[in-house]
Amino acid sequence: MNTSSKKNNKEQQKDSVNGTHEKAKKPLSDNSDWSFELLEQYQSEIARVAEIYRLDTYTNQIEVITAEQMMDAYASVGMPIGYNHWTFGKKFIQTEQNYKRGQMGLAYEIVINSSPCISYLMEENTMTMQALVMAHACYGHNSFFKGNYLFKSWTDADSIIDYLLFAKNYISKCELKYGIAEVEATLDACHALMNHGVDRYKRPQKISLDEELKRQEERSEYLQSQVNMLWRTLPKSTEKSASGTVQFPSEPQENILYFIEKNAPLLKPWQREIVRIVRKISQYFYPQKQTQVMNEGWACFWHYTLLNHLYDEGLVTDKFMLEFLHSHTNVVAQPDYNSKYYSGINPYALGFNMFMDIRRICEHPTEEDRAYFPEIAGSNWLDTVHFAMENFKDESFISQYLSPKLMRDFKLFHIHDDTQNNYVEIGAIHNEQGYKSLRNNLANQYNLSNLEVNIQIIDANIDGDRGLTLRYTPHNGVSLGDSKDEVLKHLHYLWHFEVKIVQENNVGIDEVIAQCPANTKKGD
Amino acid sequence: MANFIDRRLNSKNKSTVNRQRFLRRYKNQIKKSVEGAINQRGVTDISSGENITIPKKDLSEPVFHQGSGGVKDRVHPGNDQFSPGDRIPRPPQQQGQGSGKGEASDSGEGEDEFSFSISKEEYLDLLFEDLELPNLEKNQLDKLIEYKTVRSGYCAEGVPSNIDIVKSLQGSIARRIAMTASKRKELKALEARLALIQSDKHDHIQEEKELKESILALTNKIKKVPFIDTFDLRFRNYARQAVPTSKAVMFCLMDVSGSMDQATKDIAKRFYILLYLFLSQTYKNIDVVYIRHHTQAKEVDEHEFFYSQETGGTIASSALELMNDIINERYNDSQWNIYGAQASDGDNWADDSPQCKAILEKNILPRSRYFSYIEITQRAHQTLWQHYQQLTHTHGNFAIEHIKSVTDIYPVFRELFKKNTKSNAA
Repeated sequence: MNTSSKKNNKEQQKDSVNGTHEKAKKPLSDNSDWSFELLEQYQSEIARVAEIYRLDTYTNQIEVITAEQMMDAYASVGMPIGYNHWTFGKKFIQTEQNYKRGQMGLAYEIVINSSPCISYLMEENTMTMQALVMAHACYGHNSFFKGNYLFKSWTDADSIIDYLLFAKNYISKCELKYGIAEVEATLDACHALMNHGVDRYKRPQKISLDEELKRQEERSEYLQSQVNMLWRTLPKSTEKSASGTVQFPSEPQENILYFIEKNAPLLKPWQREIVRIVRKISQYFYPQKQTQVMNEGWACFWHYTLLNHLYDEGLVTDKFMLEFLHSHTNVVAQPDYNSKYYSGINPYALGFNMFMDIRRICEHPTEEDRAYFPEIAGSNWLDTVHFAMENFKDESFISQYLSPKLMRDFKLFHIHDDTQNNYVEIGAIHNEQGYKSLRNNLANQYNLSNLEVNIQIIDANIDGDRGLTLRYTPHNGVSLGDSKDEVLKHLHYLWHFEVKIVQENNVGIDEVIAQCPANTKKGD
Repeated sequence: MANFIDRRLNSKNKSTVNRQRFLRRYKNQIKKSVEGAINQRGVTDISSGENITIPKKDLSEPVFHQGSGGVKDRVHPGNDQFSPGDRIPRPPQQQGQGSGKGEASDSGEGEDEFSFSISKEEYLDLLFEDLELPNLEKNQLDKLIEYKTVRSGYCAEGVPSNIDIVKSLQGSIARRIAMTASKRKELKALEARLALIQSDKHDHIQEEKELKESILALTNKIKKVPFIDTFDLRFRNYARQAVPTSKAVMFCLMDVSGSMDQATKDIAKRFYILLYLFLSQTYKNIDVVYIRHHTQAKEVDEHEFFYSQETGGTIASSALELMNDIINERYNDSQWNIYGAQASDGDNWADDSPQCKAILEKNILPRSRYFSYIEITQRAHQTLWQHYQQLTHTHGNFAIEHIKSVTDIYPVFRELFKKNTKSNAA
């Protein structure tokens, strides 16, 4: 859909090369076989250009691997060093199977958010592909990891490799000590709750004793200043002591694994450590889940921009560009909703086009753009894209920058599906009345808190039967999936005492929707 | 700033452990699949691994996810016909809507099987876990059939062609040093004394002469120590090591008389496949000899063995005789491990059964590692079974089993080859 615009773009650039563009350097070899020497040359050229565009990256560590190793890397879900678990084996078998049957190609690259930033290049790639991948991963993703606020505040690129190594060693030591079966069961349980092992908000930093004392002083001073002897004459309330029981946890906890790690009564110390490991890893991947569109879009935007820059300088040949554009177009293609290839919105396509669109709005704004984006229309595009990359996640990025033009290009439309009706309704389409609603809905589609189940620990009866109660709060009336009973078994494994999930019914009373062990079966 | 690292030579099997974990966890399901797959193979087709399918629901990794119901809002690209407010009848759970739902797709639906391949080794291990080759231990002790010459150190005697020069000369040097040590010491002392005298201002003619004589005598003595002696010689030593033969022959005997229908033959075939697979775990080379018989026996190829129909009566002893002949002719029992498997529906000409027993007892069993007889029938046992049964008490390498239906094969096979507790090793 947007290939045409790209071609025009390219012709335009070609003209500028033929016409006005100055120094035509000697082009790099476009031989399709790569060599380390050639990789080095391309890399340094790309690095030079990336510098011009102010891409700030971690040091790159580029590793050339084979297809088998790529499948290994797939299986470990992007962890360069993974502990052993059967699910990774299953993943590997699946990948291998699909690959061998030709149902899927392997990714050209995998990149890891670490410092130095590790990228894997596959041996089979042609030189052009290697250059694309280097621009995409080593400068696109890498700068995103370093610049985006979510990654900055939630992940520590310097220490992740060490931590994974520690985790692997720790878990294999546990296996030797306590048996594979026991460790596996613990990991299974943790994996089931992995999505509920992240902090969405920063816990306050532990303050030093010094600070604590100072604050206490301030507080008491403040209290002192509020003392008004008059109030002393009021009779004291006796209500407080009557209720007696203290709610624990005092506030609902959404980080279930954290709560388990700190409070599960019978968990052994090594199990707590494993819970912690899984939690940490989940946290490490959390920003990636929230920035899929942006991250891929950013990387695509830069491989496109960087390689085109090299082309304009005459460093790469037409042959190189044709192969590059072919791959690039495949990556950012967006099939329509009624195509048999359609499987939701392609994050590469959406992200890439949004960044291109931001650049367009900055460089060649239309009247519409000025109305919708007064603050960026006509501004410096490089500053703007950097700002966008640094300060947003998918949800906010879309609601901030999705332009009416792009919605028209994509021909977006919104389907409102209410189970109570026997029809679905078209909510908004790509027209003047629909833009805002469309944008809102698309942004919500990337809002993790809408996608993930809202389930929180509301009560742990520490002094009584030690039962654990969770509350499911439905979003838009969507019920909790069938797997809840299975997951609850895992939670029970960690907590050791009765666990149950409640949900508020129509009249505002909590109803148990699942519990483990399921001793007293209640009719729905 | 970038470092390039070539990781291609690193081990590629990072996931092997995880893969093993996976197989371990789903062993039961995999085994079931393996047992099902055995039926679709040719007897000697063991070069490949196997495709395994496991029901998807057995390997789910449950997480909390959103279920059905409620209000869902989705945005899709490529609008070509819709206007706001259009109402479309809800599509029957698949197109468009379904794909957009992400994780929340109705669990349990969709692909219901998870299939993958296991390697040949993994396949065979799973298939024959807990089984043991009968009498294997005994064979290795009793029948040291082939010998291999292997180096085993050095010895002091041997043929000249085996002399190890380096070792011999090492011995020579050592001997010479040892034998001349005291003389050289003496010589040194004398030489020192001579030098002392010669440097003296006074003449010691007599003493000098004596000294020179004894020095000469000593030097001659040292020279007389031979450069090499038979004592020094070292020969490379070779020993003959017994290696159990890796050759085996498997005789498949089957009754193809009119009473054997295709279903019965298929059952027999599966049994042979199992036996072949099982033997191939231990032996490198396996010959398979197919002998079918009605009233006469004939050696045939695999296809004919299983798929050609014959009619007529049954004389089982003809097959046993042919087997015996073939052994005599081609498979010397000092070089070949002989296995026999006879399948029949139990029909035999009554007068022939004692003869079968006799041939087995006299000619075949003493030379075979193992001989098994399976009877595939729904009816009561007949004379052949009864006569064979007597043999089982006296021969540890003979076993009979009764198969009623396809599902019995594997259990029966396991029964035949289950790990022995050495009791019947007489």
